[in-house]
Amino acid sequence: MPARRFIVTVVADRCKECGICIALCPKNVLEKGNKLNWKGFHYTVPARPEQCIGCRLCEYNCPDFAIFVVEAEAAKGETVWARQA
Amino acid sequence: MAVIRNIHPLDRFLRPERLPHMWCPGCGIGIALSAFLRAVNELEEEGRIDSRKIVFVTGIGCTARASGYVRFDAAHTPHGRAIPYAMGVKLANPDLIPVVFSGDGDIVGIGGNHFIHAARRNMDMLVIMVNNMIYALTGGQVAPTTPEKIYTTTTPWGNPERPFNAVTLAWIAGANYVARWSVTHPELLKNSIKKALLMEGFRFIEVLSICPEVYGRHIGFRSPVELYTHLRKVVKIRGKIRPLETEYDWERGITLGEFVVRDEPGFVRRLMEVVKGGKA
Repeated sequence: MPARRFIVTVVADRCKECGICIALCPKNVLEKGNKLNWKGFHYTVPARPEQCIGCRLCEYNCPDFAIFVVEAEAAKGETVWARQA
Repeated sequence: MAVIRNIHPLDRFLRPERLPHMWCPGCGIGIALSAFLRAVNELEEEGRIDSRKIVFVTGIGCTARASGYVRFDAAHTPHGRAIPYAMGVKLANPDLIPVVFSGDGDIVGIGGNHFIHAARRNMDMLVIMVNNMIYALTGGQVAPTTPEKIYTTTTPWGNPERPFNAVTLAWIAGANYVARWSVTHPELLKNSIKKALLMEGFRFIEVLSICPEVYGRHIGFRSPVELYTHLRKVVKIRGKIRPLETEYDWERGITLGEFVVRDEPGFVRRLMEVVKGGKA
């Protein structure tokens, strides 16, 4: 069975740096970023998306609707902004 | 003028222009709301529910702010009066599905009597009580659901009161469906909500939540991750257990599970029987 690939997307301006997704990820995909969003939080970045196994623990446990996982052809980590000036 | 995009898969049930929400970092209410929205999403994809018929009713409190973030017909009602409002919605138009999503202070504190009597009438509604075990919005006073010996701002030597076990209360009052889950197990919570949304009569789901800012701060778990992992140790999932055997204690553990599944006729069906049998 070929390995499944996932796109991990973080909505940067909704993240509040609670760290639950980083602590729960069993494959160490996520890490705390060093940039600030508009509310002054260090938002999570999907640093190693190629390790994602699609368990979606981060998506289900995110209190801020700020991260989600979609199955795709190639693994990719995205940081997007909901609010665009 | 800033442009707001729909990005997250649940954004069609949310009002993205109002996000990020006002809840503190790591607050469990967002996890509970996301489990509810996923349950509605899955039921709608399966064609078993029409999300336009859901009326989302909340009272006052941290949890109650959820009515401002969801794209359903929603009502933000006076303190403790979410259940009477939902009752009126159901009786005015029995096609609608009222969902009460509120906190522990709102449902078993101020609105305790409404809760008991709605369960006694088997009123057709789903009540989701997000229990963070404290009055968080007003600064961390002791709530009727604060476990014993817990330190809060109004109990500086530990809580001497016995807490409410809302599961037992709902069972005694006569609810059709009673379950207790925790935000540390969001998939089980989602499955429970999916089941309860399709039932009739009074359905009650208690969701244990984490409040790192006010509850966790006083008991030594200031970081959301610490409180989350500690709550996961406190809760114990038990199957096939009677509501009286459930435990509600921070030291000994809090029992999770599905405790009552009954199929008694709801209030609307009983009312219709009486009205049709009479002169009207």
